[in-house]
Amino acid sequence: MPAPTAGTVDDVDRPRLAPYVRLTFDPARDGYVLLAPESVSVLNGTGATILELCDGRRTVAEIVAELCARYDGVDGAEVRRFLTRLVAQRTVVVDPGVAGGAGHG
Amino acid sequence: MDRPFGLLAELTYACPLHCPYCSNPLNLADYGEELTTAEWLRVLAEAKELGVLQVHLSGGEPLQRRDLVEIVRGAGELGLYTNLITSAIGFSPRRAEQLRAAGLDHVQISVQAAESALSDRIAGLPSFERKVAAARLTKKLGWPLTLNVVLHRGNIDGIARILDLAEELAADRIELANTQYYGWALRNRGALLPSRAQLERAETAVRTARERLKERMEIIYVIPDYYSRYPKPCMDGWGRRQLTVVPNGDVLPCPTAHTLPLPRAGVREHSLAWIWERSPLFRRFRGTDWMPDPCRGCDRRELDFGGCRCQAFQLTGDAGRTDPVCHLSPDHGVVIEAVRAANGTSSAGRPEAVFVPRPHPRRSAG
Repeated sequence: MPAPTAGTVDDVDRPRLAPYVRLTFDPARDGYVLLAPESVSVLNGTGATILELCDGRRTVAEIVAELCARYDGVDGAEVRRFLTRLVAQRTVVVDPGVAGGAGHG
Repeated sequence: MDRPFGLLAELTYACPLHCPYCSNPLNLADYGEELTTAEWLRVLAEAKELGVLQVHLSGGEPLQRRDLVEIVRGAGELGLYTNLITSAIGFSPRRAEQLRAAGLDHVQISVQAAESALSDRIAGLPSFERKVAAARLTKKLGWPLTLNVVLHRGNIDGIARILDLAEELAADRIELANTQYYGWALRNRGALLPSRAQLERAETAVRTARERLKERMEIIYVIPDYYSRYPKPCMDGWGRRQLTVVPNGDVLPCPTAHTLPLPRAGVREHSLAWIWERSPLFRRFRGTDWMPDPCRGCDRRELDFGGCRCQAFQLTGDAGRTDPVCHLSPDHGVVIEAVRAANGTSSAGRPEAVFVPRPHPRRSAG
């Protein structure tokens, strides 16, 4: 498997949570949070849904399509910006899209 | 009211190292009556209820607590993300495997320098080789690894070699934080505060390494606040995001707040929620109403919260004043004086590398 890369996400990339990051529900705040070494990010509902779809198998394009099927008014560019930001923070890693799929999972 | 995100659990002040910049209290002997395992598990449950998501298990040396594995397991069962902050002394393969099985999430190991002779001299104990072995073991067992290095006059020139070491050990993160001048470090400030030239060289080394390692390692670099124009946003605001529980159960808004002349509040007498929400200690500097001039009318009052209360107290005798690090503070002269001494051409007035080593405290329970 090719090494995960950081940078801007492409439609063919397959994002997943970084190995040490946990997506979890926080009853005290009634919302989802991302826990990583020495850091906490509070997510809004959309952010949590996107991250639940980041399973290392779906491509970014497939994630956007899934969101569009579930909700009205999904902005694909915004989803890509959100993921790019998390990749820069190393919270999300992407297995680069290669011809024939990355064969993950 | 804000809910806390993180709990710093200082499990014990026992520590085999003798670092001269230790942030533990000077009167270590006062903290010997340590909380029991059951008390810590109760504190963690109350913390979770209050909104805490991360627990930083620290000390002293947390591995000195025989019940560390139990405490980690309890935190994990509550869904808390657990960080172990250790000197690595006591991190044997057996103990590490037990911690892994108990669900510990992340290991942070302190290193004093990139060479064993200097690292051991600063730590006051032959420990460097054990730290390197522990770092390798951490990665081998599949944990994320953070190295943390407290920087000062005596090791900052080796920062590039420290970064090389971190790369060789495949660290995921490195925290390069200049010493903060409290407790033992304030006592040793003359020997610890680096010069401006040293800081400039260090920043260049950090920039180069960030460029080279950007996809592999997160590099956190913190300058000494004595060289800043504005103070640090201490704890992101008093009683706002973090709380600390010290070995005897006292709860503090920050780990050095024991130095302040404020009423204490402890988990043996009160619930964590009462302490967070209602104790006079946590309410004293919460928000902005307490602020004096020049903070009161400053645009930055919600960015840096007036800086650090402990630093204001240590340098002016009044915890309610503006942090003297701020160039707008009427007390800024005391910081200018310390910086001038650190940049003098001769060592006159600067006690050259005369460290007062931190002693090893006595303790009872645990």
